[in-house]
Amino acid sequence: MTKPLPQDPMMLELIKQARRHQMTRRAALAGAGATAAAVALAACAPGGDTQLTPATDVSDSEKTLVWHNWSLYMDEVETDGAVTYPTLEKFTAETGIEVEYKIEIEDNDTYYGKVKDQLAQGADIGADVACPTEWMAARWVNNGYVQKMDAANIPNKKNIAPAYMGAAFDPERDYTVPYQGILAGITYNKAAFKEATGKDAPASLEDLWDPSLKGRVGVLSEMRDTIGLILLANGIDIADANSLTEDAFMNAIDFFAGKVSEGQIARIKGNSYSEDLENGDTIAAIAWSGDTVQLNLSAGTEKYGFFIPDSGTTISADLFTVPMGATHKKNVEELINFYYDPANAAMLAAWVNYVTPVVGAKEEAMKIDPALAENQLIFPSEDFLKNAHGFRSLTGKEELSFTKAFQEVLLGA
Amino acid sequence: MAFAAFGHSGGSKSDFKTPRKTSVKVAMALLIPGMLYLGLFFITPLVSLVVTSLEVPDGSGEIGRYAYGFEISNYWTVIETYWPHIARSFFYALMATILGLLISYPLAYFIGVKARRWPILQGLMLTLVIAPFFISFLLRTFAWKQMFANESLIVTTLQSWGVLAPDQYLVGTDFMVIFGLTYNFIPFMTLPLYTSLERLDIRLLEAGSDLYANPAKVFARVTLPLSMPGIISGTLMTFIPIAGDYVNASSQFLGSSETAMIGNVVEANFLRINDYPSASALSVLLMAAILALVTFYVRRSGTEDLL
Repeated sequence: MTKPLPQDPMMLELIKQARRHQMTRRAALAGAGATAAAVALAACAPGGDTQLTPATDVSDSEKTLVWHNWSLYMDEVETDGAVTYPTLEKFTAETGIEVEYKIEIEDNDTYYGKVKDQLAQGADIGADVACPTEWMAARWVNNGYVQKMDAANIPNKKNIAPAYMGAAFDPERDYTVPYQGILAGITYNKAAFKEATGKDAPASLEDLWDPSLKGRVGVLSEMRDTIGLILLANGIDIADANSLTEDAFMNAIDFFAGKVSEGQIARIKGNSYSEDLENGDTIAAIAWSGDTVQLNLSAGTEKYGFFIPDSGTTISADLFTVPMGATHKKNVEELINFYYDPANAAMLAAWVNYVTPVVGAKEEAMKIDPALAENQLIFPSEDFLKNAHGFRSLTGKEELSFTKAFQEVLLGA
Repeated sequence: MAFAAFGHSGGSKSDFKTPRKTSVKVAMALLIPGMLYLGLFFITPLVSLVVTSLEVPDGSGEIGRYAYGFEISNYWTVIETYWPHIARSFFYALMATILGLLISYPLAYFIGVKARRWPILQGLMLTLVIAPFFISFLLRTFAWKQMFANESLIVTTLQSWGVLAPDQYLVGTDFMVIFGLTYNFIPFMTLPLYTSLERLDIRLLEAGSDLYANPAKVFARVTLPLSMPGIISGTLMTFIPIAGDYVNASSQFLGSSETAMIGNVVEANFLRINDYPSASALSVLLMAAILALVTFYVRRSGTEDLL
């Protein structure tokens, strides 16, 4: 760094000036550092201890609401490239409330990463209602991030199926109301499965570990579904804290890690697992029920089958929640009331194919399409539901250590 | 320009001083937007990152809750836990950089030296080098995943030739990730190489052979040293981003749980485990490691003037 200084006197003077100013510049940097520290402090200051209060509700003067939801989760009609949502249009016609429907949730964790700072401060997350999955919603309720809903504004709440009541974090569904139920199971490519294993359909979770399927098995990156199914196959009751202990969980993790490292399980994915089934990379995968219907629709034939092991499967739900910073709670309550009307619930179910949590929707569906009403994956019978178990709620400590163990398998060594 | 200003101000010393001071002030004023930008979007996040990397759990036992602390051991913990991923990242980056150099050098040599006589061909080839940028990086990587899918022609052919065992596939292997990284960063290697080879004076090569050097010797003694600036900047422009890449190695694209790089570990810690201190400590480590490696590399190759 011993370049000769330029000869031009003006340049020389500039360089000398700059050198003399070096101290000042350092001071300026220090100043910037201090500002940064202050900004960082300010961003994190309102930790979990301060009680958040709901934002003022302006529903009476503003007939609008913003809804954050998952993809393929609303009845859609596409005309000339423009997508419209018939049930939402019906809602607007009946109540005068305009809905801005946004497909914002790709994954519970990434969505949480996006909105967590606003949630923790009780600020507006850009939505009046969002539908995270049960375990994530439980975190929000436990942290005091969501508003209590007014049951008087939701008379149709009486239609919630009994199976969805009594959750530990919200037994009366005061803070969260189910939007759709989600069943996990095994989706398989019928022809490829037969060719590889010689069987028509899987008979148990054990069949996924058949050597002929090595490298062709996929599982969900959703811990509660993948490990939940393995736990159930091990005879563990995942709803019961005495049965689902830390030891039981870690045993299942060890088993899972073994299947990953020996190459039996090749794909561990979220919503995009369907791509691997479509291009033939995976032959059988732990998957969500509603997607199989969509996959068959886009394949044009009944190419894929969906199977629930006798050992049981996991059931969960995506829940309506109103964040503390939302200013249209009453409008949201009207929205929930609308979707708990059995006729509207049936209209929605005919399109999204997930489990409907609304009592009476089955009878309404019978009027639209009897075959739809008979579909156990959308309107499961009591018998069917006996086989579906909710993953028990975890303590903060358990959630951390379980998630960490699961992610370590996904990252390999 | 500076000379002209000097000429105008005449001989007197006091006359000369005033405009000079103003120019200094103007120069400083012009620096303000840049400094503000750096302060806001580089220094602030950097400080916040380092502060986060030293945080400790806040004692509530809830996931994702951390409080201010000075926990240096966070760094040891992540090194201990994730050293295979750190080593793998640098191994992949090294392999992809070397492969990229081996592929790009002849290509850049052809475009910059051999194709000089045909400017249209030269322009066309340069366009082809840049053409992949017209399509999103993610889409291109995803396309490779489809081409190398388990049921694809490539994989089934390799299996029938016995190169791959019947239950062996390509997606999710080290090979596939290094392939993707090399492919995606080749333009960043080719362009700097091209700019330095384009200026190569052919007469020097002729002089070399006149002095009885064989072509290999001319290359080693003349062409290679003259293109060194291109090699240095090309390797830096590929190695640094590759070491931090997380798309190619992600199991959504060409990787699997056997190929996770530092970027994937940071993502998992930040988004899934909500372990912000570990994610930050890893980011700081990656930055420090790259800085150290680059400094060493630039010092060794004696090209400080380039920076």
